[in-house]
Amino acid sequence: MAQRYDAVIIGGGHNGLTTAAYLARAGWRTLVLEKRDMLGGATTSDEVVPGYTFSVLSYVVSLLRPEIIRDLELAKHGLEILPLDGTFTPLHGDFLWRRDDHAATMREIRRWSATDADAYEEYGQLMADMARFIKPILGMVPPDPTSVDPRDWLGVLGLGRDFARLPERQQAAFIGLMTMSAADFLDQWFETEPLKATMSASGIIGTFLGVRSPGTAYVLLHHYMGEIDGAFRAWGLHKGGTGAISAAIASAARAHGAEIRTGAGVSRVRLSPARDRATGVVLENGEEIAAGVVISSADVRRTFLQLLEPRVLPADFEAQVRRFKFRGSSGKVNLALDALPSFTTNPGGTEYLRGAVSISPSLEHMERAYDEAKYGRFSRRPYVDIVIPSLVDPSVAPPGKHVMSCFVQYAPYNLAEGPADWDNQKEAFGNAVIDLVSEFAPNLEDVIVEKQVVSPLDMEREWGLTEGNIFHGELSLEQLFFSRPIPGWARYRTPIRDYWMCGSSTHPGGGIMGANGRLAALELLKSGTPKVA
Amino acid sequence: MTVGTAFHPRTSALNQHLQWRAWSGFFAASAYHDSHVIEYNAIREAAALIDVSPLFKYELRGPDAVRLVDRLIVRDASKLVPGRVLYTPWCDEHGKVLDDGTIHRLEDEGAAQVIRWTAADPQIRWLRMNAHGLDVEVRDVSDSVAAVALQGPLSRAVLEAATGTSFADLGYFRRRTATLAGIPIDVSRTGYTGDLGYELWIPAERAVEAWDALVAAGAPYRLRPAGMLALDVVRLEAGLILIEVDYTSAVHSHIPGQNYSPYEIGLGRLVDLGSGDFIGRRALVAELAAGGPARRLVGLDIEWPDIEALYAAQGLAPSAPPIVSRSPVPVFAAGRQVGRVTSTGWSPILKKMLGLGSVAFAHARTGTRLDMEWTVEARRGTVAARVVDLPFFDPARKRA
Repeated sequence: MAQRYDAVIIGGGHNGLTTAAYLARAGWRTLVLEKRDMLGGATTSDEVVPGYTFSVLSYVVSLLRPEIIRDLELAKHGLEILPLDGTFTPLHGDFLWRRDDHAATMREIRRWSATDADAYEEYGQLMADMARFIKPILGMVPPDPTSVDPRDWLGVLGLGRDFARLPERQQAAFIGLMTMSAADFLDQWFETEPLKATMSASGIIGTFLGVRSPGTAYVLLHHYMGEIDGAFRAWGLHKGGTGAISAAIASAARAHGAEIRTGAGVSRVRLSPARDRATGVVLENGEEIAAGVVISSADVRRTFLQLLEPRVLPADFEAQVRRFKFRGSSGKVNLALDALPSFTTNPGGTEYLRGAVSISPSLEHMERAYDEAKYGRFSRRPYVDIVIPSLVDPSVAPPGKHVMSCFVQYAPYNLAEGPADWDNQKEAFGNAVIDLVSEFAPNLEDVIVEKQVVSPLDMEREWGLTEGNIFHGELSLEQLFFSRPIPGWARYRTPIRDYWMCGSSTHPGGGIMGANGRLAALELLKSGTPKVA
Repeated sequence: MTVGTAFHPRTSALNQHLQWRAWSGFFAASAYHDSHVIEYNAIREAAALIDVSPLFKYELRGPDAVRLVDRLIVRDASKLVPGRVLYTPWCDEHGKVLDDGTIHRLEDEGAAQVIRWTAADPQIRWLRMNAHGLDVEVRDVSDSVAAVALQGPLSRAVLEAATGTSFADLGYFRRRTATLAGIPIDVSRTGYTGDLGYELWIPAERAVEAWDALVAAGAPYRLRPAGMLALDVVRLEAGLILIEVDYTSAVHSHIPGQNYSPYEIGLGRLVDLGSGDFIGRRALVAELAAGGPARRLVGLDIEWPDIEALYAAQGLAPSAPPIVSRSPVPVFAAGRQVGRVTSTGWSPILKKMLGLGSVAFAHARTGTRLDMEWTVEARRGTVAARVVDLPFFDPARKRA
């Protein structure tokens, strides 16, 4: 064995690359191994149709940590996030358009309900205060609940103290957020169906839950975390597609000396003779690479059940890994368009298409979409979150042409006929989405040049997302913070010494945040693990 | 009374929130859209049209036109051959900066050299006064020439689509004539954005036609009009100074401290003391001989976590005002004031708070850590600010 590294990172998605950049920056000899020929994992863009670049899976960025952008000087490496402002909810004969102009948005909501407009103001204020209270969690390594080291608990004690100081009304709202369904929580405030339905959507994305399922209210809060940073902005698109984010992080990692290999799938983690410590990896081609530390950015099931040989993990730990819920529930339909879709009822111009377009006319529409998924069918009339990045970033389509990304829920991984049947149902799924959007924008079918349908099975096969879960495991309350991924193992370590994790299965969860990768690297650097290479 | 520029019939219809400011007596849009960030974005990612007609424009014509330029500017004017553009400050006899602008050499007309001189402030008296004894005529063409900046990574594509000719060969700080929708225009590869871009000099009476042609050609490239708020953000990122904000013209200064030499405002690299005399040269030689000026322009990278902490101390979420502040703010070293920050703003692309400032020479070295005053809820605090090299943002496409 010729090669020896301080750290080998399995997987070149945005988190793996972030970990690599931070370790290399600290002087570690670092190697990233990516199975695919393209970096980025689920943070990837590809010229699927000549001239048209699709953000194939993840399509918006909201919570990419500003400290990562600064620490790694990502702007110098090509990071350019463009604002995505406003949400347009088309209806039959009407619409609801919230935009980046507060007064205009209030006037629009008032058109539907005067009391909702007032409530919207109050709700925004409350959520911003809540988000400020909860946000430090994103930058915090969760404590081990069994730890007696008070330093581990300082951050959480701070939160507890802050909670006690919150006004009673906010405490009550917080408890509501932690226990209620998104629909129930929003029902307390609003009466306008398209408003409630569109807002409720952020509570269900990436989960196998419906807007009326308890626990979904909490995820609404995530929506506000980006917003309270003001200038950081809530939602953005990346120039050239989300793959360019991975490219920027990879460029920063390389600038700090990290090596990155693509087409280098890892078949398993090499262990010490006593099988209690990682000593390197074995590639699919048989090559062995020695490393002081091995860090997996794959999801928790792959990290423990595929990359390790059987029976090296404590039995109870392994059982918990098996219980970790994935239950992928979403699909993507990416379209190359000759011209913009034209929604039958619209406010004029094309500005309304510059933000998100949300097919969410009512809470009933949302819940019925879930009903079908519960019994193993894709939603015939799903919730669809549409963005048209070419309106903000002309580089992703030929001049005057457009790309349209449709995030679709529900597309349950576990079909009634089994996941393998996705290959038979994919076409029908794609058509159902196009048919539904066409109800509101009848010219859509005429302007489609090409389409790409991505099923949860595709996500698993092609990108290694177990059960097609976009977040490496559901973002449900019992799988967050010190329970993510496994209670007691939220600090990026594993029961195997020198085997660490840094992917979206870890705290604080999925989305293009990079926080997991950064926190894992910082925790590793703090742990006193020696450099060996 | 504020009046509209030659583009006003179009820009006024586009200004959704009637957000105007006055620029040299003209209406200049602050922002056209819901938020100027969209316009910022157009400049950095696509293409934007910025009405810069309020600039003062002069035409110098005659066999001695270049000699007049040479007499006034701190740069070597012998480089100003037809087709070239120079950015330069010019000084009074004390070596203090009067103004800065771009000077364009048009094609000769027989024995006459022709120059277009642009400035932020009126210069006709200064130009005519110094033309004494030279064979050159100076005319104010501010009202007859409309000017629009077409800026952004796709600006070349828009310009090529609009004119039907290639601009691949027009280098940085070069100019040439072109035809846009049958209108004879002049195009310079210049701008105030630090990005790929052009400025178009158009007969005022045909400004609206030209605007329409650009808008039509720009539609597939997501061309947008952009106002002064967006322009302020990009010029800060590009480290470009603004008169009466980052320095005071010698014309308007009341006290010595308001006078700036080119060495004090980051333009020392342009001063050519070796290639003949110009107004202010002797004073600048003396200033250098005495060890250079006591203060320098610096770029400051302002610590965001420190700003967050000031907000957190009052139980607030941090917020960054999205527009560039032009209020001067003191900076300190070891508790003593050593200068001021004159432009402060958030860079959406760098995710950093940036400042341009003027600080004592001893504290102007790259890497120096200073403390800057920062006020939250009317409570004063300080945040760390590190001196960094300018420009903050410098994409290769600017010169490519």
